[in-house]
Amino acid sequence: MGSGSSTRHHSAFQNAERTFKAAALIQRWYRRYVARLEMRRRCTWSIFQSIEYAGQQDQVKLHDFFSYLMDHFIPSSHNERLGEFLTRMFTEDRFAQDSEMEKCSDYESIEVPDSYTGPRLSFPLLPDHATALIEAFRLKQQLHARYVLNLLYETKKHLVQLPNINRVSTCYSEEITVCGDLHGQLDDLIFIFYKNGLPSPERSYVFNGDFVDRGKDSVEILMILFAFMLVYPKEFHLNRGNHEDHMVNLRYKYGFTKEVMNKYKIHGKEILRTLQDVFCWLPLATLIDEKVLILHGGVSDITDLELLDKIERNKIVSTMRCKTRQKSEKQMEEKGKANRKSSAQEPIPWFLPQSRSLPSSPLRLSSYKAHKTSRSSSIPCCGCLDGRELSRQVRSSVELELERCRQQAGLLVTGQKEEPSRSASEADSEAGELQKPTQEEWRQVVDILWRDPMAQEGCKANTIRGGGCYFGPDVTQQLLQKYNLQFLIRSHECKPEGYEFCHNRKVLTIFSASNYYEVGSNRGAYVKLGPALTPHIVQYQANKVTNTLTMRQRISRVEESALRALREKLFAHSSDLLSEFKKHDADKVGLITLSDWAAAVESVLHLGLPWRMLRSQLVNSSADNMLEYKSWLKNLAKEQLSHENIQSSLLETLYRNRSNLETIFRIIDSDHSGFISLDEFRQTWKLLSSQMNIDITDDCICDLARSIDFNKDGHIDINEFLEAFRLVEKSCLEGDTSECPQATNAKDSGCNSPGAC
Amino acid sequence: MADEKDRQEIIVAEFHKKIKEAFEVFDHESNNTVDVREIGTIIRSLGCCPTEGELHDLIAEVEEEEPTGYIRFEKFLPVMTEMLLERRYRPIPEDVLLRAFEVLDSAKRGFLTKDELIKYMTEEGAPHSEMAALENLPRKGPLGKTM
Repeated sequence: MGSGSSTRHHSAFQNAERTFKAAALIQRWYRRYVARLEMRRRCTWSIFQSIEYAGQQDQVKLHDFFSYLMDHFIPSSHNERLGEFLTRMFTEDRFAQDSEMEKCSDYESIEVPDSYTGPRLSFPLLPDHATALIEAFRLKQQLHARYVLNLLYETKKHLVQLPNINRVSTCYSEEITVCGDLHGQLDDLIFIFYKNGLPSPERSYVFNGDFVDRGKDSVEILMILFAFMLVYPKEFHLNRGNHEDHMVNLRYKYGFTKEVMNKYKIHGKEILRTLQDVFCWLPLATLIDEKVLILHGGVSDITDLELLDKIERNKIVSTMRCKTRQKSEKQMEEKGKANRKSSAQEPIPWFLPQSRSLPSSPLRLSSYKAHKTSRSSSIPCCGCLDGRELSRQVRSSVELELERCRQQAGLLVTGQKEEPSRSASEADSEAGELQKPTQEEWRQVVDILWRDPMAQEGCKANTIRGGGCYFGPDVTQQLLQKYNLQFLIRSHECKPEGYEFCHNRKVLTIFSASNYYEVGSNRGAYVKLGPALTPHIVQYQANKVTNTLTMRQRISRVEESALRALREKLFAHSSDLLSEFKKHDADKVGLITLSDWAAAVESVLHLGLPWRMLRSQLVNSSADNMLEYKSWLKNLAKEQLSHENIQSSLLETLYRNRSNLETIFRIIDSDHSGFISLDEFRQTWKLLSSQMNIDITDDCICDLARSIDFNKDGHIDINEFLEAFRLVEKSCLEGDTSECPQATNAKDSGCNSPGAC
Repeated sequence: MADEKDRQEIIVAEFHKKIKEAFEVFDHESNNTVDVREIGTIIRSLGCCPTEGELHDLIAEVEEEEPTGYIRFEKFLPVMTEMLLERRYRPIPEDVLLRAFEVLDSAKRGFLTKDELIKYMTEEGAPHSEMAALENLPRKGPLGKTM
């Protein structure tokens, strides 16, 4: 207590002062607490986002690589089989496609057993049917394949009549609600209908794409959305998203393709085939009162609504890769080789060395720098080269790719160029066959489905996603002015609050999948357009659990999930990390500084994450700031080893597709010699495994190659290749799990090498 | 002497990287600027614990001549580095924090109710608005338990 003066006044004053000081102290502490929480929250978000986009990028690369091979090396009779192979690689499931695509679904022949208790549909659909679907799915029922196909068939019939750009007027319905990405999260859709009301003639809805992938109820969401579209065709509108695309669906490990095949074991492939059709008939955009433009991704400086209105949108089956109408390409298809006109300005696949690609063509070869109008999505491959020349190039390109894997990933984009559409000059010999879109048409659609807004002006390639570009506020302004629009609504990007305004409130991002990365990671939102089209946002989080947690607990949960994913990624690059660490450990002490750790990790993973901030979560406290990297890697491995990992190993995947091994062999045997050199084998394997998140050391691969080479002549021939897999089958059946494929640092041969299984 | 200088350089280099990382987390436009309202969060997450008044002074130091609402990295870096080197605004040691709570807990119960804490935070000390967010804090157990 105070000393000296005995007046009550004085001691009361001192008391107050102490209280004040104490409170101030606690405030200081609290502010720091909150700041640290916020930092953790942001870092967690970065982790999720960067892993998601990096994963997309990897898969695009792999897909490009195989597609290219498919186009140029495999005789056409093998194309279909390779298509199957690719499908299986990404879905890990048997999915033998018939080479003939059946145009009409013969759903009528499908019998529905009496024991089926799920919803039954009859057409034309009534509102009650649609509502019943919601209820049925809420009760976890599954719609019978017959009704699925029937609904898809009717949906397609309806979609074909729709224009590319839906035009909606608010004078017919009182309110319009726009929803963003759902990504298979049925809970969110049900919540929206519950909170906002079911669709009706007075209540319009626009769903802005990305209905499928990642979540587990993509099928059910599609059924509901299509059903309402058929019931209220004037009031219920769907836009296509970049995920309404069978190629994109294939890319996801827990994606839509897999969901369909799991839920519909007998009719799955037919459903997927039909969906391919339905997806490409989805409209591209919706325009409200000629004032508000709604589309999935974004716009570019060349976005041309009049052109978009006119194109045949169903020609663009996939934005992933597209054969566009080009003279050279047609010739390529017909003859499969031949050196053609150098005047054909062809884009170059990313993995071909630029300098050797085309004879004297005036291409802008600076594609490895971020260029204003460059596009990072996979562009149709070039055509004008000699078969042998290509073969040589592809082989060296594999080497190049491996080199590049170790360095900063360049752009995925191939050469960029503006090619005037050649529609007029093309004498189409493809009468009756689906005509291909022109380069420009394709690009317009890719822009709409893939672009993201950015704060800076102009356009910039999107290297993170591997598809589309960024567009700045000036691009938005230009477009709005050109077509006399008020603002733009788009989706495509997950936002912590479920929505975000940018470009001076002229662009609204709306994202309706709450808890997208993890429970508690973000809210979902939808926007209602009121009179004068003013937006009114509603947010939600469709998970009761999060409401009972404190903010700190919520953040910790999401953070832990992100860190787990990150550790998995680190593990997958163990051998690259080890060699990078060793570079910093010149004296071979086994220790590196934490600063070096951060630098090394970034140079291997290229995720652009704040490693120093995350360090305490990833690295256990180390003595005097030094890290024993070998034991750190070992600990990572210990966490990861689980049955799941083993099952997803590349070897298992290939084994499951052993009937296609001959095709695989031919891919690797790029010079058609009938033999694979150990080198070719090693390079291809390295590429495959790095893309599939399985870490296999160089030693392991060499061992694998050598062990497959039974007669030890330095080459693997097809028989040895097949024999190796027969042995794999044998030992797997014998349940020899102790030697099943795992990725650790193999010290000597024989331990934990994938071939040992 | 040379060694000491080297060591110093290494430390500074490491600080620079740390500061850059923290800054980039809030640099949404990737143009080396952050919103001035996030500066407090960045500084605090780097381990410094200024009061609001001290923070205002810091902001004045790193702001542009004509405040734009954004802080540039080039101006922020040297100031922040200095702060870390001098170990300014160190976080409060736990025992001091504990005593602060004890001061507020005049009845010596060993805890503060949520309402009391909010009352103290919003009425005492320096003015601020975010103290209302204290709602989110789990109820503090017996003093001496760290949160």
